[in-house]
Amino acid sequence: MSIKVQNISKSYNKIKAVEAISFEVKEGELFGLIGPDGAGKTTIFRILTTLLLANEGTASVAGFDVVKEYKAIRNSVGYMPGKFSLYQDLTVEENLKFFATIFGTTIEENFDLIKDIYIQIEPFKARRAGALSGGMKQKLALCCALIHKPKVLFLDEPTTGVDPVSRKEFWQMLKRLQQKGITILVSTPYMDEAALCDRIALIQKGSILKIDSPENIIKKYDKIIYDIKAKNKHQLILDLKNYPSQYSVFAFGECIHYIDKNSVFNSTDLQNYLLEKKHMEIEISVSNPTIEDVFMDL
Amino acid sequence: MKTILFIIQKEFRQIFRNKAMLPIIFVLPMIQLLILSNAASFEIKNIKFSYIDNDHSVTSRELISKFQASNYFNVIESFSSKKVADWQMQTGKVDVILEIPNHFERDIIKENGSNLSVSINAIDGAAAGVESVYISQIINSYNQKIQTQLYQYNEASYIRPVNIVTIPSFWYNNTLNYKTFMVPGILVLLVTMLTLFLSSMNIVREKEMGTLEQINVTPIRKYQFIIGKLFPFWVLGLVILTVGLTIAKVVFSVPILGSIGLIYFFTSIYLLVILGIGLIISNNSDTQQQAMFIAWFFSVIFILMSGLFTPIESMPQWAQNLTLLNPILYFVEIIRMVMLKGATFSDISRPFFIIIFYAFALNGIAVWTYKKVN
Repeated sequence: MSIKVQNISKSYNKIKAVEAISFEVKEGELFGLIGPDGAGKTTIFRILTTLLLANEGTASVAGFDVVKEYKAIRNSVGYMPGKFSLYQDLTVEENLKFFATIFGTTIEENFDLIKDIYIQIEPFKARRAGALSGGMKQKLALCCALIHKPKVLFLDEPTTGVDPVSRKEFWQMLKRLQQKGITILVSTPYMDEAALCDRIALIQKGSILKIDSPENIIKKYDKIIYDIKAKNKHQLILDLKNYPSQYSVFAFGECIHYIDKNSVFNSTDLQNYLLEKKHMEIEISVSNPTIEDVFMDL
Repeated sequence: MKTILFIIQKEFRQIFRNKAMLPIIFVLPMIQLLILSNAASFEIKNIKFSYIDNDHSVTSRELISKFQASNYFNVIESFSSKKVADWQMQTGKVDVILEIPNHFERDIIKENGSNLSVSINAIDGAAAGVESVYISQIINSYNQKIQTQLYQYNEASYIRPVNIVTIPSFWYNNTLNYKTFMVPGILVLLVTMLTLFLSSMNIVREKEMGTLEQINVTPIRKYQFIIGKLFPFWVLGLVILTVGLTIAKVVFSVPILGSIGLIYFFTSIYLLVILGIGLIISNNSDTQQQAMFIAWFFSVIFILMSGLFTPIESMPQWAQNLTLLNPILYFVEIIRMVMLKGATFSDISRPFFIIIFYAFALNGIAVWTYKKVN
């Protein structure tokens, strides 16, 4: 096991940030912590990277205890905090060199590991980090987190505030790093990214709701979701919420996701109900569930 | 060692890259030294003086001419009545009103004495005290003069009263040049404040930017990081001292009688104390703003209780005891002793060892309160 978390709890002055969390990450796995803002993802990262002491429970990273052997952990993990935290007034190259030096290594020594990523930012190596675009900053931060060839990589919301193309590229890079044998723990509030992980833990209000592979999570979901569209979307949500047998209603992109309480559901009845409420251009169709649907249902 | 050198290199790079910071570090203190040393004077000059002469005699005019001759007083005008004069005092146009009574001259000759009324604007109590001394000095000297004159008038055979005249000799600053006294003190303030502010804001800045979190997950050792971060400010402190001493010598011609090496040796240890305080502030604040306010709190107390602007001897006993904790006090004392008195190491050994003790104690606390883990 590369990461082992057992019954970890942490509270900040009586406010519980995480409560009795347990999970394990296998070596070479790409594991995702999926949850909304404030779910406790960053707290877990800070405990595992030895920046924060848990109130209860034990955890180990790469075989080292986070409390007793924190020094060994600091040598063997890479951490990329959610906020860009490199020196904005140093250049790309200086930042990389700085982190290489304080880890007691050189850029050349582990260059093969970061080569793919570094090549993309190399044309800007004399530019100050503060002047880079969001996607470039992420790539630089990833390079700095990788420069000492860590066994485990912690990425806290690496794609927040990054454009869709860069996000996609970023996940491709993660996949390549995974192939090089690095265990990766990544957190994200984006449900679409969850599907790219080997396994995910759905986390909310400091507790883990489910741990499984994204495919299994969707497969095990037993309810049928209907896409419903109509001209007046706002009124449609209100009317659907008043429908007697509704189980849940929420906006999902351009349509409304609707789940019925009854397993036998007649869409014509709903259509008639909506027509009665004077809705126009009504469309009802069965939708494929996504992680987001599962999450909304938990 | 390599790590420390690299952090120092990084730190200097960041300081020199910050375009707004360079003038703050080098130009502002020099302007302060030039302005403050010329302006922060304890001499009270240009006192706005007015008088009401009810006597209009030779004696009264002679007395007023004494005030006109003094370069401390600006004789504004004469008023016809006390009422008008009081109103002018109320509007702030005059500071001092001298009222010479009717029959002033006659009373002096006939009754061997007369009374004068002096009103002083005492909103600034210290200034009023000094003004009162100046006025009595002028009146006293005038008094002596007319006494001798009167005796001569009345009885030529009268034995002249024996006057004991004291001629003070002012040691270490024989012209009582206040700049000689102030420049070393202000230089101490500048060196202290600048290093305190810069060091207290420095580590907290990394906290604010989030870079500290990134640093904390690295295997870097506490002492490596702290030395690497603070060393550049230690150097800057000595650079400021150098520039300041040059200005003191060249612009203000302040004598440097003692050994310059001793001043540098002491400053280099003194700076450790200040950097330690800065680091403690940094450790206990979350934002640069907080750090700045705390640094301000300490520097105001340190400055006002350093004996630079108000003599420590006139403070209440508890405040005097408190000043013993003030590092600026020792620095001001030592730099004045070395520069003006030519003190050697044995003369300043007591404050010297106190500062060494502080350096160890404060830096111990600073390193102890610096935590990589929450």
